[in-house]
Formats: sequence, C-alpha cells, structure tokens
Amino acid sequence: MTVPLSKIAHGRSGDKGNHANVAIIADSQAGYAWLRQFLTAERVAEYFQPLGPSRVERFEAANVLGLNFMLYDALAGGASRSLRLDTQGKTLALTLLRMSIDPPPELLEGLPRE
Amino acid sequence: MKRVRIGNGCGFWGDNLDAPIYLAERGRLDYLTLEYLAELTMSILALQKQRDPQAGYASDFLDVLTRLAPLLKLQPGLKIITNAGGMNPAACATKARAILDRAGISDCPIGIVGGDDLFPRLDELLAGRHPLEHIDTHGSLSSIRDRVVSVNAYLGAKPIVSALKQGARIVITGRVADASLTVAPALFEHNWEWNDWDRLGAATTAGHLIECGAQVTGGLWCRWQDVPNLADVGYPIAEVDLDGTFRISKTPNSGGIVNRETVAEQLLYEVGDPARYLTPDVVADFTTVALRESAPDEVEVTRSHGLPATDTYKVSIAYRDGYMASGLLAIAGPHASTKAKRAGEMLLARLTRIGLTFEASHIETIGDGSLARGVLGVQDVPEVMLRVGVRDHSKAAVERFTKEFAPLVTSGPPGVTGYTTGRPPVREVFAYWPALIAKSAIREEVRIV
Repeated sequence: MTVPLSKIAHGRSGDKGNHANVAIIADSQAGYAWLRQFLTAERVAEYFQPLGPSRVERFEAANVLGLNFMLYDALAGGASRSLRLDTQGKTLALTLLRMSIDPPPELLEGLPRE
Repeated sequence: MKRVRIGNGCGFWGDNLDAPIYLAERGRLDYLTLEYLAELTMSILALQKQRDPQAGYASDFLDVLTRLAPLLKLQPGLKIITNAGGMNPAACATKARAILDRAGISDCPIGIVGGDDLFPRLDELLAGRHPLEHIDTHGSLSSIRDRVVSVNAYLGAKPIVSALKQGARIVITGRVADASLTVAPALFEHNWEWNDWDRLGAATTAGHLIECGAQVTGGLWCRWQDVPNLADVGYPIAEVDLDGTFRISKTPNSGGIVNRETVAEQLLYEVGDPARYLTPDVVADFTTVALRESAPDEVEVTRSHGLPATDTYKVSIAYRDGYMASGLLAIAGPHASTKAKRAGEMLLARLTRIGLTFEASHIETIGDGSLARGVLGVQDVPEVMLRVGVRDHSKAAVERFTKEFAPLVTSGPPGVTGYTTGRPPVREVFAYWPALIAKSAIREEVRIV
C-alpha cells in the first residue's frame, strides 16, 4: 500500500549557510531498518532534484532512529541572498515526509499517524 | 549531588519577550542563557555600530533585563549568560549597568567577553598566514575584501568561564558558539577539565538542544495536534550532573511538551555529520547518546561522547552583495496558480521591455506547492499568493522593480487583490562567507565591570 513517508516517520529541517539539512526520524526500530535501506541519499537527491542540490550526503544516527540528509547548495543562496520565501529550508522535512512510499505491510499495522 | 540548572529563555533575536521572565520566575535556575545572534545578525549590528559607536548589540536584551531585575534581587544565586553584546558588548554592558543601578542592584559584576571581532585586524590577518578562504569553495577573500562589513570568530566557553571565575554574575559576549553558553556554566560549576571530552560533549549536546528555545519543548514538533497549550509553551531547561548526564525539561506549569521525539528532532536540527558536531570546545558526537523519558516532560540524556576540539575557530564574514526586494499579490478564482505565474512573468516582461534585467529573479505562487517548486505537484487551490523577487547590484533597477506590482491590479488577469501595503522595501544583501582561522591567531578579551 502506498502511503506518505509521514506514516512511519517524523522530521525537521534547517539551514547551514547555503546547504539544507533534512532529518528524518523513524517511529519504530523496524521502520528505521527499512528506511535505512530504502531512503538512500540517491533517492532523496532525485526527489529534491528540482531544487538543484549539487549533491546529497546521508548520515546515520541509529541511536535516535534518524537519517540526516545534507542537501548541498540547495537553498538558492541561503538566508542572506535567496529569493525564495523559505530561505532556510524550514519546510523541506515536511516536503520529504510527503514522499510516497510502499513499505512492507507489517510496518503499517495499527498506525494512526498521518 | 550537585546539579546545574541552565535555562535558555531566548533562541534568536525576535523570540518571545515574556518566555525568559516566566522561565526565571519558575525554573529554579542557576543560570539563564539568552541567545540572540543568527549568522547574519552581526552584519546588521556592524552597520548600526558604524552609524553610532554606542550601538551594535541586541537591544531586546535590555528590555528583558529590566524585567528580570526584580528576580535578580529575589534569587541571589541566579546568573545570566548572553551573547546579546553582538558587535559591542562593552556598550551593552554600560546600558545593563544603568538598568541594574536603577533597580538598586549594586553587587552584580558584569563580565564582558570580546576578541571575536576580527574586522579591525583583517588586513593584518590576511598579510599573515590567515587567508580566510571560503570553507566550501576555498575561494580567496581578496575577491571581496573591499565589500566586507563584519568578520567574527566563534569563540568558545573559555572566556565565559574566565569571567565567571572572576566573579561575574552577568556575562555579556560578542560572537560565541551557541552551545558554549551552556558549556561554560556546566564546566565552571563542576570544575571539569578542558580535555574532559566526554563531559564537554555532553554539555555541548545539552546546549545544542536548548539553544533554539521552544523548538525542543513542543515547537515545530511533528505531532503538533498533541501538544498541550502551545500558546503558553515553556522554554527549555538543561539540568547537568557532575558526570555529564543531563535532563531536558521546561518551565514548570507551562504549555508545550518534552519527550523523546521533540528531543530527537532538535538533536538533528541544523546538523551536518551528527557524529562530528564541531564547536570551539569539543567535537561532540550525537550518535552515542541515549534518550529516556525519565519523568513527565523530562528526557534524560546519557552516554554522551566527545572528541578533542580542533585547532581552528569558525569565522563568519559578511560582505555587501547588491540589493534585493520581493513583493506579494493575492490571486483568486479559477486557475489561480496559472494566473499568478503569468502575472509574475508579465511583471518581469514589462521591466525587460524598458531594458531592465536582473542578476537573479524568482516567481513563487505560494499555496500551490511552490515552496518546493517541482518537488510536489501543483495543487489546484482557490487562491495563491504571487511572490516575485529580484536581486541585482543596481539599486535603481531593484527600486524600479518594486513599482511594477501595483499596475497588475488593473492590467493583469482577473482576481488580483491584496495590494494594500504599498511598494515593497529594497534591502541591501549581505552575503555570508564562512571560513576557519587558527586558534592561536585569536586574542580573547575578558573584562569585569
């Protein structure tokens, strides 16, 4: 079944100069194990390709079930000179959480989160 | 066992003005920290100081201090550490002293921490072995030298600890790393060594978690529907033990929430490699910490880890880089999104017609998925906000751009409204140039007044 990523994870994003960081945190250990395989840097780079990141790097923080993505040069100049409304990439985590995913059915059993 | 309670009542300049008062009233704090400086705040403060030698600090702090004064009387143990000094900690301290005098608080030494401002030394540093290359592009600073307005090193906890050792009850700094505002009181109270990397890592983790104020106490949390009384959100407290264990909680009897999820989200906020969070004090490793909900609205953090600090400070440089402006119009009715996009293109075309093109321009149709244009599909919505922005080194061109919004009210597609705030302002662009500098090049200054 196709669901948004927000069904099994939450997250937060912000800026580091002209780079954005997007942290995705799984709701469960099983969800983390699956996301670690599925949500690769390549997949995230492809998803955010319209924003033009020069590259995407992924870091793991298994202790909090977190995957942290650095989207380099993705902020069109960053807080100081970007012409975008969201100069600091504050909404990018919520945008990524809308990604359609198709996880194994057992990951979705009894889940209320949208 | 001795525990140091450090509350952060301000996450940025512009944050809620009442939060630090409630926090100090009810938080049973040993230290109140107040954080005011974002990456580009220093350039704004530098220009204020150029115009007025007595300006250039975060003036909100003085309003807060005026209201905190009665609490400083009631709570003789309460100390304050803030980076409100900005580009002018000495002037900020003079004003703070006057406020304390008026409130009848005489025995309150103020520590002033400086030495972060490298602008007066810039040519000397460049002539030495400190090229201040761009941290990402490795470009040479000489290409923008004549446009630089501010150069500040991020100092660490050491000069703050020095001020505390000399008896300061209030410490006012210029640019220091945000987490160092928390590291300093923890290290000072517990008498940790400067090479006790795991404990410095712990205090840095604590500082990182509380530095953005309400972002760890329910603000921005993904389960926003489940936060009790977010309107009265409490601000964060880190209670740090001798061994580096700490607990994150919030203003007692306040709204908001502290749990594993709010802490985990903030732990990774604005972080690159979570195993290597660089500060002047330590390289903190966020990937070893264990989070445990130890009480209602309290998360205990254990197993912190740190690595030896690097031998460089980060330097934040701002330089003039032209002008920019952006304006808004509301577009309603059928095909709102398409009409808004066309209207924006029309606006720019009318400027092209008179020979004005811009180094950068951008059209957004806010409401249809435009914040991440192309990532999410365009939504068919009843109305959108058209937002057009331009950037250019010609101020005249950008000013002319701002006069092209009003005509769309009568000469654009149907459904244009909301032109009530007048022409948008033109603002100067201060671009950001991050660099590194050898610690040996920096002379920290600590004074008690």
